[in-house]
Amino acid sequence: MPLVKAGHIVEDRYVRVLDDAPIPDGVPVIVPGKRFMADAAVLVQRDGPIGVLWPNDRKVAELEPWLDQLALVALVFPKFRDGRAYSQARLLRERYGFRCELRATGEVLRDQFQFLVRAGFDSFEVKKAADALVFAAAAARYSVFYQPSADGRVPALRRRLQGAPDVRAREAV
Amino acid sequence: MYRYDDFDKTLVAERVAEFRDQVARRLSGELSEDEFKPLRLMNGVYLQLHAYMLRIAIPYGTLSSAQLRALAHVARRYDRGYGHFTTRQNIQFHWIKLEELPDAMADLAGVGMHGMQTSGNCVRNITTDQWAGVAPDDIEDPRIFAELIRQHVTLHPEFSFMPRKFKIAVGASSHDRAALRIHDLALRLFRNGAGEIGFEVMVGGGLGRTPFLAKTIKPFLEKRDVLSYVEAVLRVYNQFGRRDNIYKARIKILVHEIGAEAFAQEVEAEWQAIKDGPLALDPAAITEIAGRFRYPAYARLDDSPPQLGEARRADRAFDAWMGNSVANHRVPGYAIVTLSLKPEGGTPGDATAAQMQAIADLADRYSDGEVRVGHEQNLVLPHVAQHDLHPLWRALEAIGVATPNVGLVSDIISCPGLDYCSLANARSIPVAQEITRRFRNLDLQRDLGRLHINISGCINACGHHHVGHIGILGVEKNGEEFYQITLGGKADADAKLGTLIGPAVPYAQVADVVEDIAAAYIELRERPDELFIDTVKRTGVEPFKERVYAAR
Repeated sequence: MPLVKAGHIVEDRYVRVLDDAPIPDGVPVIVPGKRFMADAAVLVQRDGPIGVLWPNDRKVAELEPWLDQLALVALVFPKFRDGRAYSQARLLRERYGFRCELRATGEVLRDQFQFLVRAGFDSFEVKKAADALVFAAAAARYSVFYQPSADGRVPALRRRLQGAPDVRAREAV
Repeated sequence: MYRYDDFDKTLVAERVAEFRDQVARRLSGELSEDEFKPLRLMNGVYLQLHAYMLRIAIPYGTLSSAQLRALAHVARRYDRGYGHFTTRQNIQFHWIKLEELPDAMADLAGVGMHGMQTSGNCVRNITTDQWAGVAPDDIEDPRIFAELIRQHVTLHPEFSFMPRKFKIAVGASSHDRAALRIHDLALRLFRNGAGEIGFEVMVGGGLGRTPFLAKTIKPFLEKRDVLSYVEAVLRVYNQFGRRDNIYKARIKILVHEIGAEAFAQEVEAEWQAIKDGPLALDPAAITEIAGRFRYPAYARLDDSPPQLGEARRADRAFDAWMGNSVANHRVPGYAIVTLSLKPEGGTPGDATAAQMQAIADLADRYSDGEVRVGHEQNLVLPHVAQHDLHPLWRALEAIGVATPNVGLVSDIISCPGLDYCSLANARSIPVAQEITRRFRNLDLQRDLGRLHINISGCINACGHHHVGHIGILGVEKNGEEFYQITLGGKADADAKLGTLIGPAVPYAQVADVVEDIAAAYIELRERPDELFIDTVKRTGVEPFKERVYAAR
C-alpha cells in the first residue's frame, strides 16, 4: 500500500508494532492507541520517533497531554464511508495544535483526497496504487472552498468580503 | 433570487468535471459499483428499478426562469419529457442513462444547478418556506440563512461521510410552512422578549421507521452564531451517531438514546470552543449574502384593483381559483400564486417539459422571473401583481396547473413508490390517482376543507405519511400490497404524528377507506368550518375506526 506525502509516493520509515510485539529501538514506530496510553510516559522516552494509531471511536482529547512528544498520529477509516476521523483530524490540528505528521489509514481512496487534505491530513496510506499515482491531481480538483478548515484556506465568504477581484466581475443567473 | 458569482460557478463546473471522471472510471470498470455508489449518490444519482434517477438540488426551493427552462431541457433531451418535484423542494428525473449523466449535469451547471448533496450521508438540500421573503408573516427572509448554511456545508471536508443523511430546514414565521419539526436540524427565526431576532434550534426530528419530532435544544441563538452552532451539532453527530445499524444512524436516534438534554450539553461544549472562531458571522458577512438576493422592483399598487373584482364576479371558475390558490403578499397590490401539480388522475408533483417551459415564460411575464417549489410538491409564482391574476389564471388553466385544490383532499403528497423506487413495498402514485378521481367534485372538496393526505410506499416515509391528516403507508404482506392508515398527523407549528386506526387494508380498498373517513368527518364535525384535523383532535380516531372497519 503506497504512502503519499507532499503529493509524492515515498517510502514509509515507520515500523508498525502490533499489540504484543517488542518495540525496536532506534527506528520510527507506530503503536496502537491502547498500548500507547497504557505506557505513554515510558514510550515517549524511548530512542526514536514514536507515532500512535488512534481508533476512530475514542476521543482524541485523551492524546492531548502527549501530542508534543508524538511524531505522528495515524487515524483510521475502516470504511471510506465512516467519516469519524475527519472530525478527529480537525480537532487535532485546530484545537490541540498538533503540527507533526497526521496520517490517513484504512480505506483511503482517490475521491477522498481533497477532503482529507482539507481536514488536516498530510500523509496518506493509499489503498490502490492507481489512486496514489494521481494523488496530486485528485487532491486539487477544487479551487474554491466555502468553509474554513484545517488547511487554512480562505473560504469564499471571506474572500468576497475582501473584495477578490474575480468575484463581482460576472454575476448572472 | 440568489445570484451566483464566480466562486459558485467555478465550484459547480469543477464538480461536473469530477463527476465526468468518476463516470468514465465506472464505465471502464476501474471503479466497482460498490465504490461508485457513494460517489454517484453524492451527486444525486440513484439506481432505481428501471434506470438511474438524477435528483437536482433546488436550494430552498427558489428557481429562476432560466433554471426552470434548463430543467425542461433536461426532461426533453435526457429523460422522457417530464420531471418530478419532491418533498425536499428538489426535482428528480427517473429515466436518465449513466453515459449521458455528465452531459445533463454540464447543461444544468450552465445555470448554476447541480445534484450535489441531494443524496448520500451528507447535509442535504436546505429547505424553507416556499413563501419565504414574500409572506406577510415572515419576520425576515429565511433564505439568507439557508444560503449561508448551504454554502458552509457544501463539500464540507468534515461532514461528507456522516453516519447518515442530514436534513436542515429554516423558517421565519409563526406559521410553519417548512415542516420544521420533522427535520434533523431546524432553525426558526423569531423575535424574543427583548426584541432581538435570533433562532430557535431544534434537533432530532425525522420520519422513517422510527418517527420523532425535533426537540428544542437552544431556545435562542444569535444570528452571528448560526454557522458555528450548526458545525457543533454536525461534529457531535459525526463522532457519536451510530454507524452499526443504518436504521439507527440518524441523529434522531442519538438524541433519543442519550436524551435531548445530554445532546444539547455535548453541542454546547463543542460550540463554546468554536463560537468565537472563524465561523462567527459579522454583520458584513450576513449583509454580503443578503445583498446577493435580488427582489423585484415592486410597483406602487393598491390591493384589490377594480378589474380583479369584476373578473371574479364574471367568472365563477376564476373566483374559485382565487379563493383557493392565491395568498396575500407582503407588498400591497401583489399576490402569491400556487400552481397545483395535482390534477385529477395525475402523478403528484410531476410536470412536463412543456409545462415547465410555459411556467418559466409566465414567471418572466408575471413574477419577476422567479418560481418556487414547495414541499407539498406544488409550484409557486411569488410576485404576481393582482391586476395580472386573471390573465395569468387563463394561461395556467391552459397548461393544466390551475386546479383549485391547493390544501384540499386531492392535493396529495406522495413519494414515487413501487412504480419507480427500489426501496418501495407498494405503489403510491396509483393510490393517489384513484383518490383524486373519487373526489373529483370540487364542491365536495371545498366542503371537506383543508385536508392533507400523505402517501408513502414504504417505511422510509418519503411521502411524510406520519404527518398527513390522513397518512397512508404501503406495506407488503405475503407478496401483496397493503396500506396502513393513520389520522391526525400534521407538520405545522404544532406538529404531531398520526395515530394508526387499525389493520392495514388491501390496495383495492384504500380509496374506499378514504371516502369512509371523509363521510365520517362530515357527520362528526360540530360546524361546517371545523377542520378535519380539529375534528380528529376532538373525537380521537375511534369513531373513524368504527366507520372504516364496521363494514370490513
